[in-house]
Amino acid sequence: MSTYALDQIQSQLPGSLVERYADRPGDAWAVVDRAHIVEVVKRVKALGFTQFISMDAVDRLHLEPHEQDPRFEVLYFFRSVDRNEEVRLKVRVNEGEDIPSIIDVYKGAEWGERFVWDFYGVAFAGGVKRRILMYEEFVGHPLRKDYPLRGRQPLTPERQIQDIFRGPGTNGVQD
Amino acid sequence: MAAFDEYDPTPSDDELEAHLQTRNMVVNLGPSHPATHGTVRLRIELDGETIVKMDTEVGFLHRGFQKSCENVTWTQVIPYTDRLDYVASLHNNFGYLTAVEQLIGIEIPERAKYIRVIGAELHRIASHLTTAGALSMELGGFASFLYAIEARDIITDRITELTGARLTTNFGRIGGLNRDLPDGWVEKVEKTLVKIEEFAGEIDTLLSRNRIFTDRTRGTGIITRDDALSFGFTGPCLRACGVDYDLRKKKPYWVYDRFDFNVAVGHNGDNFDRYYMRVIEIAESIKIVRQALDQLPGGPVMVDDWRIALPPKENVYNSIEGVIAHFKLVMEGVPVPAGEIYSATESANGELGWYIRSDGSGRPYKLHVRAPGYQLLAGLAHMCEGKMLADLIPTFDTINMIGGEVEQ
Repeated sequence: MSTYALDQIQSQLPGSLVERYADRPGDAWAVVDRAHIVEVVKRVKALGFTQFISMDAVDRLHLEPHEQDPRFEVLYFFRSVDRNEEVRLKVRVNEGEDIPSIIDVYKGAEWGERFVWDFYGVAFAGGVKRRILMYEEFVGHPLRKDYPLRGRQPLTPERQIQDIFRGPGTNGVQD
Repeated sequence: MAAFDEYDPTPSDDELEAHLQTRNMVVNLGPSHPATHGTVRLRIELDGETIVKMDTEVGFLHRGFQKSCENVTWTQVIPYTDRLDYVASLHNNFGYLTAVEQLIGIEIPERAKYIRVIGAELHRIASHLTTAGALSMELGGFASFLYAIEARDIITDRITELTGARLTTNFGRIGGLNRDLPDGWVEKVEKTLVKIEEFAGEIDTLLSRNRIFTDRTRGTGIITRDDALSFGFTGPCLRACGVDYDLRKKKPYWVYDRFDFNVAVGHNGDNFDRYYMRVIEIAESIKIVRQALDQLPGGPVMVDDWRIALPPKENVYNSIEGVIAHFKLVMEGVPVPAGEIYSATESANGELGWYIRSDGSGRPYKLHVRAPGYQLLAGLAHMCEGKMLADLIPTFDTINMIGGEVEQ
């Protein structure tokens, strides 16, 4: 598998890639330093990898002991349509650490980052900190390995009709 | 009286051009609205009939797909994948299986690859027919919707004969397929294809040159090539913007490199192009199915490896090796080695990608599905803001988001 993009990044931004390896089927991965992610992603886009593919995260809590720190791994996938190649990046963070947001570089990343925040509780600095699939009152982050499979949620009180934003205007109150 | 004499009833130019004091209005479309096929809530701020701001709220159909998959064996995941893109569930079944097979590093038999191609292309036709039909229905053309559903129903009949279920197919196993084609199925599919061609032709004739239809779809819901890539559009919606990228051609999986077919590429990136990509792709998929049926080789449909495939029943009942293999497969699951992979196949709506992480136990450690509709829906607000409210409905239809895969 081609390592063109990662080689370029490594020569242009030395020190930004913490680790490089190939996975079992032979595709190249790079672990990016948390502070450098925006810079790296901008460079990746400038190299022609203009298509945003996907984002997700892995909770490493139940992996082998030496793999558990840092706890979370956020995954980034991008593609170059012209070169017919993908770039696979990872950022490793611990509980409470946030990652600089890349929504200014790739527009599709907004929903990816909201998904990661919703399900893993990894926040993105400068991004949109809002849940996407779960409801706002949900307690916890369901894809964490320590969230129980049959976890119950507290009942949320019904909102008063005056508190529901229904758009500009008198909000249902007659003047 | 003097004041009355000075009054000039003709308004001045300033008065005519003066801004009329209006308030923006917020309209909620959905979550349960006939035009939002899934359950998606669109909070739309309107200035007159123009959309000022749109907020897409998803998650009403969230079922905890990933969490469920992390707690069952690799084979037990297959029925969960049916519920992702429920219009074309074979794409999900086969896409998932292909990712797992690539991670294990096994090659499935030739015949199984051909049957996967046939099943996937039949479901691609079904999905595109549904998209075109629903689009026409929401723009007021009910007849072509009925033609589309009629054609889709014949495909569903063939899928039922093949898999045993209309929608939740649960077809295919790691290492191949759980059963071979039923008797006489090939001839039935050949007859079905002729019928589908007729119905697809009817839809094409009724819609593609229809003045009302083209007025509503041409030039509406435009997205540029750069924005489409940045939002992560794939499949027909990306190709409508002029990007010639189809995983079946660019990274051929199964046996797609053996077929002669064209990839439809548009250039305007509007609703009509997205619709027309699907009309062309129906014809191309019919071509692929015909070639696959001609080339269909004989032989087994499952790998001959008892660590992955269930042993034949006579071996289970009559030999100790068979019993052990059967027991271990059912109780512990397929031994997928520790590792990770991102693998993608071209589903009806675009790239269906799977990031799989295995820790060597019998269950997935992490199963990420990159649903094409998720990224398409992320770009919907961008396509609609500043446009008319009426154009939202065809735009929503042509991106063809499927609630099951978006909300997982």
